[in-house]
This record gives sequence, C-alpha cells and structure tokens, in this order.
Amino acid sequence: MIKKASTHISQNEGTIFERSRPGRVGYRLPALDVDESPIESLIGRDLLRNDDLAGLPEVSEVDVVRHFTRLSTWNYAVDLGMYPLGSCTMKYNPKINERVSRFDGFASAHPYTPDELSQGNLRLIRELEVTLGEITGLPAVSLQPAAGAQGEMSGLMVIRRCLESRGNPRKIVLVPDSAHGTNPASAAICGYDVKTIKSNENGSVDLDNLREVVNQDVAALMLTNPSTLGMFEEHIVEVCQILHEAGGLVYMDGANMNALVGVTRPGDMGVDVIHLNLHKTFSTPHGGGGPGSGPICVTSELEPYLPFPRIVEETDATGLKTLRLDFNRPMSIGRVRAFHGNYSVLVRALCYILSLGPDGLREATETAVLNANYIAHHLMDDYEIAYHGKPLHEVIFSDKHQQKYGVHTLDIAKRLIDYGFHPMTIYFPLIVHGAIMIEPTESEGREEIDLFIDAMRSIAKEARENPDLVKNAPHNTRISRLDEAAAARKPVLRWIKPNDK
Amino acid sequence: MSAYPDDLQYTKDHEWIRVEGETGTIGITSFAQEQLGDVVHVQLPRTGEKFSAHDTFGEVESVKTFSELFLPVSGEVVEVNEALEDAPELVNNSPYGDGWMVKVKLSDKGEIDSLLSSSEYEDFVESQKVE
Amino acid sequence: MLREMGRESIADLFRGIPDHLQLNSPLNLPATLSETETLDYFRELAELNTTRITGRRMASFLGAGAYDHFIPTIIDTLISRSEFYTSYTPYQPEISQGTLQAIFEFQSMICELTGMEVSNASLYDGSTGTAEAVLMAERVTNRTKVALAGNLHPEYREVVDTYIRNAGIESVTIPYDQTTGTLRIDAIAELGSDLATVVVQSPNFFGGIEDLRQLGDATHKIGALFTVVVAEGMSLGQLLSPGQCGADIVCGEAQSFGIPLSFGGSYCGFFATREKYQRQIPGRLVGLTHDAQGRPGYVLTLATREQHIRREKATSNICTNQGLYALMTTIYLSTMGRTGVREVAQQNIQKSHYAASRLAGIDGFSLRFSAPYFNEFVLSCPEQADQMLDALKSHNIIGGLPLSRFFPEMQNEILICVTETTTRKEIDALVEAMEVKVKSKK
Repeated sequence: MIKKASTHISQNEGTIFERSRPGRVGYRLPALDVDESPIESLIGRDLLRNDDLAGLPEVSEVDVVRHFTRLSTWNYAVDLGMYPLGSCTMKYNPKINERVSRFDGFASAHPYTPDELSQGNLRLIRELEVTLGEITGLPAVSLQPAAGAQGEMSGLMVIRRCLESRGNPRKIVLVPDSAHGTNPASAAICGYDVKTIKSNENGSVDLDNLREVVNQDVAALMLTNPSTLGMFEEHIVEVCQILHEAGGLVYMDGANMNALVGVTRPGDMGVDVIHLNLHKTFSTPHGGGGPGSGPICVTSELEPYLPFPRIVEETDATGLKTLRLDFNRPMSIGRVRAFHGNYSVLVRALCYILSLGPDGLREATETAVLNANYIAHHLMDDYEIAYHGKPLHEVIFSDKHQQKYGVHTLDIAKRLIDYGFHPMTIYFPLIVHGAIMIEPTESEGREEIDLFIDAMRSIAKEARENPDLVKNAPHNTRISRLDEAAAARKPVLRWIKPNDK
Repeated sequence: MSAYPDDLQYTKDHEWIRVEGETGTIGITSFAQEQLGDVVHVQLPRTGEKFSAHDTFGEVESVKTFSELFLPVSGEVVEVNEALEDAPELVNNSPYGDGWMVKVKLSDKGEIDSLLSSSEYEDFVESQKVE
Repeated sequence: MLREMGRESIADLFRGIPDHLQLNSPLNLPATLSETETLDYFRELAELNTTRITGRRMASFLGAGAYDHFIPTIIDTLISRSEFYTSYTPYQPEISQGTLQAIFEFQSMICELTGMEVSNASLYDGSTGTAEAVLMAERVTNRTKVALAGNLHPEYREVVDTYIRNAGIESVTIPYDQTTGTLRIDAIAELGSDLATVVVQSPNFFGGIEDLRQLGDATHKIGALFTVVVAEGMSLGQLLSPGQCGADIVCGEAQSFGIPLSFGGSYCGFFATREKYQRQIPGRLVGLTHDAQGRPGYVLTLATREQHIRREKATSNICTNQGLYALMTTIYLSTMGRTGVREVAQQNIQKSHYAASRLAGIDGFSLRFSAPYFNEFVLSCPEQADQMLDALKSHNIIGGLPLSRFFPEMQNEILICVTETTTRKEIDALVEAMEVKVKSKK
C-alpha cells in the first residue's frame, strides 16, 4: 500500500514564452536622472542590436510568479521528504543558512572592495578554512574551487606542482574502478594518463595489486573513502605508505565525508589532498544542480601550491590585526575561478558548522551511519546486498532477485516515485551490476525511514506478483517515462516560436 | 544455422564486414546494437581517410553509453552511410542492411582470412554471455 | 533501532574504521551556537563589510566582471521555494519537470541574447566558461594553439592559463591598440593559420566595445573558431549580438541578470555555440521530448558527452551546473523581459556617458581610451590612482578599480563602472570629491 503519497491537482503550464503578450511589463525602473542623448550618437549604429530582442517574453509580475510557482510544484525536494540518493548526501538544508547568506553585508559586497572594507568577508573565509582544516586534519585550505569536480582538478594540479618541484611530474594517476566519473575526467585535464585499478572482492583496494602497479611513473592514487560501496578503506594507512614510499601522493575524494566527520580525519590516515563537497557534507542546498562548492584541504607541505590569492593576517604598529589578500604566490597552481569561489555557499557551510558544533557534527555522522545500517538490515531479505562488509553512511543492493521477474533497477527506482519518494542512485558504482545505492543521511527520523523500507518491500512483492505494475511505473506522475532516445537523436534544445519552425 | 549472416566476416569488437571485390562494407552486429540500446548518434570518418586494421574509425552513441568503432581491415574510406546522420535508429532496425556504416577500399585482402566466420563469432558471443 | 539490528552501541557500527584512526576527543571547534547566537555572529561579520547599504555605507563605482544591477524582489521569493532549491540535479525527469523546464527556458533566453543556436544549462561562471571554450575549440579543431585578447578580463586569463597549462595547449596574446583600447584587427592576420580559436571579450576589460564583425571576419580568414566572451551580460540588451557577428562560441557571465554580488559568487556562467558543435559542448543540456502518451516533457540529453559516462574521455570534468542561479537568470529575464533588458542597458549607457563626460571635464583628467563603451571606462588621473581612491574613501566613495593591480604601466588609471543603480547624485559627488582632491594637492 502506498502510504506516503496521494495524487492532487497539478496545474498545467506552457513555457514562459507562450504567456508573452506585446507591451506587457513586470518591472518599473526609476526615471533616468541624466540628460538623454540618442544612443546612436554615443555608440554608433553598427555596434547596436537590430533585432529588438523579440524572443524575450513580455509578461507581468503575476505571470512570472504563477509560471515559476507552478513549475516548482512539479519537483520533488528534500523539504518534501526523504531523498535517498547514494553518494549525493541529500540532507536537510537548514533555513538559518539561507537567511544568513542573504544578509546585506554579504550579498551586496563587491569582490573588488578594498581589503580594509571587506574584513567581515575575509574573516569568514579564514574561519571556514581553519574549521575545515580541523575537520579533515589537513590544515591548508583553499575555498576557491566552485564544485567537487573543480576541487578534484585543483587538488591534482597541486600534486602535479609539488612533483614538478621535486623534479618530475610523473605520468599516471591511479583510479579505482568504483570511482566517480569525475575522477578520471579531472585527471585527464591535469595531463595525466588514467590507469584503472580493480577493487578486490570486498570492494576495497587490493594491496598486492597496488604494490605491483605503483612505480616511479605514478603521480597519485585517487581514492574515495569510504568507497562508493559505503565501506571504509580498512588498509588506508598501508595504501598511503605504498604511495609515499614510491614518491607518489594520495588524493582522497571527499564525496563521502558525511560518514567520517568528527569520527576520523583523512590527515591522520596519511592522505595528502582531499576535496570536500560543501553541498553534500555541509548542508548547503543542491539547488536543482548547483551551485556547489569544492574546497581542497592539503598538508602544510603542499600549501605553497594552493590557488591564489591566499588570506594573510597582518598586525600594524598599534597592534591592530587585519586580514588581506596575498597575490604574490609564485609556487601556486594559479587561479581556478575568478574572485573568491562560490562565496554565498561558504557562508551557509560555516553557519552549519557553527550551529552544530563539534558534538553536533559527530552526532550527525553517527545518525547517518545508523540510518543506513538500519535500512541495510531491513532490506537484506528482499534485495541482494552487493558487498558484505561494514557499511557506513550508505548501502548498495542490486536487482539480482528481481531480474528473474523481468524487473530491473530502473523499474524499481521509477516505482518508488509512486510511493512518494525520490529514487535512490542507480547503476552506480559501475562495478555492481544493476546497483541500487541508498544514502538516507542523518536528516531522516525513524518514521520516514520505516515508510521507505515498507515501500521498498512492497515493490519487491509487486515485482514477484505483478511485475508489469513495476515495469510501467511511475503511474501517478504528471508524465510517464520520457522518450530519451528521441531527445538525443533530434535534439530540441530551445523554444522556437511555432510560426518560425 | 548461425544467428549471424553466413556471408559476412566478424571481429571480436562486434563489427562485421561484407567483401565484394576490392570493397568491404562495414557495420556493427545485431548483438552489438542490442547491447547498446537505442542508437542516437553515429560519428563517421570522411571519405578519403585511410586507416590500418583495428584503428578507431568512429563512434556510436546510445542514450546512456557510447562505443568506439574499430575497422576490421586496413583500407581507405570510399563511402560513408550519410543516412545515419538523420536516422541513427537504422543501426538498431537493420544492422546488416540500411544500418551499414562505411565502405572501404581494401589495402590487403589477405587480412580477411584472420576474421571470424559467423559460427566462430556466435561461439565468441556465447562465451561472453557466460561471463 | 540498534536493538532491532542486534547491535549494542553506535560504536559497533564504526568497527570498520581501525581504532587507532578514530578520534578519541571532540574536534577542536567553537562550541555549538544557538540560533540567536548564530544570527548575531554572522550579523556582526556582515556589518564589518562596507557596501552601499552596510558598514560605512559607501557609494561604489566597482565593476570589472561583477556588476551592481537592480534585482526584482520576486527573484528571491521564487528561488526560495524549497521545491527549487532543495532538489537535486534532475536525473529523474518525472519528478523534476520544474527544474528541467526552467533550464530549457534559460537555454532559450541565452540563445536569444547571444544570437546563437545552442546553449548549455550553465557553467560555474564566466571565467571557467572561457576556459571551457578554449578546451572545446581544441577538441573541435584538433589544434593546440589559441590566441587570447590582451584586454580579456585578467582573472579570466589567469583561469584559462591554469586550465591549459597541463593540457598541452599554448596561448598567444592579441595586442590592443594603445589609443582605442580595442584589439588590433590587423594583428589577427599575423597569428598564423594553426590556431584553434581567437578569444575576444566585448565589452573588453576596459569597457570598450569591440568591432566583433571585423574581428569575426579576420578570425575566420585564418581558419580559427571565433570565441566571444561577454563578462557584462547586460550589454547584450543593446549591443549587436555575437551570433550576428559570426561567433562560433559565446561564453560569459550572467551575474548581471538578477544575481547578487555576494563577494564574487555564486554566479552563473553561460555557454552557447552553433548547432553543428552541439555534441562537443561542455556541461549539461536539457531537451524537449514526449512520453508514451505523447505529452511533452523535458530531459537531460546528449549525456554521453559527460564525465559519468565517458570518464577520462569526457568533453569536460564538469558535473554540476549552476541550477539555482540559472533559474535566477531566467526569472530576471522573464520579469524584465524584452522591454526591461533593453531599458536597463539604455540607462547604463546614458549614465556612464554622463559620468565620463563630467569626470573627463575635470582639469588634468581624461579618458584613457577612445573606443565606444557600455557602462565602464578607464579614467586617467593626474596622480596615482591608489592615492586618488584613498582620498575618495574619506568622502564615502569607492571610486573604482585601480588598474595597476593588473597592468603595472597604468599607475594613474581607474576602471569606473556606472549602472542604472548609480544615481546622478552619486556621480556628482564623485566628481566633486575628485576636484577637491586635485585642488588640495595644488
């Protein structure tokens, strides 16, 4: 039985362009308070537009509000319920973060404001750097990378710069077959060849195999810990030693830090570089696909290579301390983004950390791990567990039991929608055939999790008794499964006026 | 009878070739297109381009994956199937007919002998399935 | 819950982590703050920042890639709907149509503004968009040399340099004319015929409007792709679109369209190209399709370009777009619409020209460059820009950006930005303060 959801009226809405009516406006600017000259006399006709921007809509304020409010109701969201996307850490986004990030002193600050007039912003950045350094045990932090993938790229560039300064940048980055796709893509951008290494039967790094492949050509190993299978890399210390003895470095993908905060620190394991996803572990909203923020934390030895500018503290003759931006960083990898990164995300992340405090952060980790293990325990009879071990914050099943009824992972995911949940991550990691990856996060109380477990069991039952019901899901959404092949064969990527077609 | 046409030669990369005189017509097998799912785009070389055997000559994309195309034999591309530009689904609907990809002028006809027959290819596919 | 699972304690669940790696004391972080204390803490930090409305409350003439434009109230109202901001990337189209349709509308509007055929769902910002344009040009042309405008935003240039350093791409600089501040079109013919792309910015970093038609023709004559960077999106409200000038790639910054300054981020990069290159575009794309009943709907499409499928062979390592900020842009462009965007751009032109003529009229001051400009211009002062700007601070004015920061030869030059939010009163106060400063020296 579907308990969490029922259907209700959903408004239809075309594109904003179809609402457009000639002459309609939704704004008013102050009257121009300087003498107006003909624009052609100021700029020259040849450089001016001659198409009148006819394709932008002409609508009223109410039109805009109705349009986007209706669109919003077609989305599922964390604020509507559990969003168990494995490896995405869809936790609750505290509302105080939103309020604070909108404070005028942050929101209206220009990035080129002179340092002495930006002390609040510089202090905030500094504070977050120190905090993330403590959480990871890697004290040198750059907040400039705009997202996880950019953090990966920046972190690998730091490694490359370090190895260059030791005399040889080397050629190869090792990436386990269970890694996120961004890992090999980022390594490629940094000029490294990617060598995939196979996971062992527990889904972790095979130490013997690692010893064989690590040599003088290997610059770094990119390791996700806990792995994308949700399990801690038990031999992480040995892994780091193997790399270090061969003159290589260890890059840790911090996508799964929500399993570790307050419990253990990558710096203590021997990791050299980690990127964090503030939009995962530190509760900043995903925003329907961004913005993210992907700070990197590195050892003190690697600090000189971090992106510039860095923030430094200066004390004047009177003893007054001020912060300023230091651009003179000759060893730096350079800039990876204009200005100071996704600052508004940084404000939210610091707000989260200070609101929870050291005890709250640890409790969040413990609850996230408890929730995942509870789900693993209750679904083990109905779904094939991919790897037996000690899962932390997420658990991976497969569709093996359901396949014999012709029901696949995709079908299970789509049917879960009818039960009022967002689907879990599917078909990742690639090493699990038909992977079903569930990460509940600490935000869910027992009642919501029990509803989820009920839904998953009920779907397993449907797969046995009425597989077509599952295979044709979802049934209760505005639209059913979309023809993705048609979309990719003849892409329609923008709105075209019907009579222009 | 084999599940794959007898008059073609095959590779372990799931391409087929039909040799007529000095020219070979090349495409991907029905097994390959099933594995890919709905084909949405085929990237092909230009006529006149020369390749060695096993070179990548193009790429085929489905909704969720892509696969490189490998030339079974050495040769010069003399014709590409332009119909695939507008109708990539031909690869699914007619892998050995309208879904062909390129025609090449063979530079070494002897290379054909090293390719798989339809029954050998069938055995190969079955062995892959077991894994 | 533990009992049901047959576990004794929470610690039991962490057995997979070796004991010696587990922390045995709490993290050394400030103690937990209550909601009131948290608000106070951040309020205090925010007040330490001087902006138009906080701290010392100063008028500002800063631009240079981040612009203070009017932001309609409904943008924040609408993006604060948690169905938008607490949702994930729309991988499940049946329950993400809101996000998907909004991105489709964003792509359509960017195409309209830039005059291009295909836009992606957004990138991090203008600087990384420029780097992605260079990488895309290399993929399309298989060439490894690019030419970058000498008057490209210096931070964009720095980001491009970082991205290409290890990618085997070499860059050369196109000189700008010392009188006009715009690129020397004759220099392009001398660049050779082995370039992947010529990257120009208009309005350029000095605010000057480039002759994109001529630059485009010259670029195509040497067989390179023509990339146009637009760091001030609002200029597209009145200036000829890059698409009309033969651009192959247009990238830039959409911050001007309803996104707060926020100390430089989050912003919203846009990226558009020609249909023939759509399979080479970096980042996400949303396309229109239909379900089995024929109902229209939107999906992420051409995903095989992306890192989660192609891994090290992907068109880019990018994973996120700037979803919520693309939505802000879409709401802005809807609210202001066809009329509003043109009117804002028109006001920027009128006010900046008023300011420039007043400032250049002061004895000893002049405009550094002669090219037409949109809302920014370079003012040459009779003394060091840093001293000038320091003196303005005592009049509660942030007078602009001293160009010596990026161009050591420009010790006396200030980049000044005037938008529709700058009042005539503020401009007049700036003029007066500058007059006072030069008089005091004499």
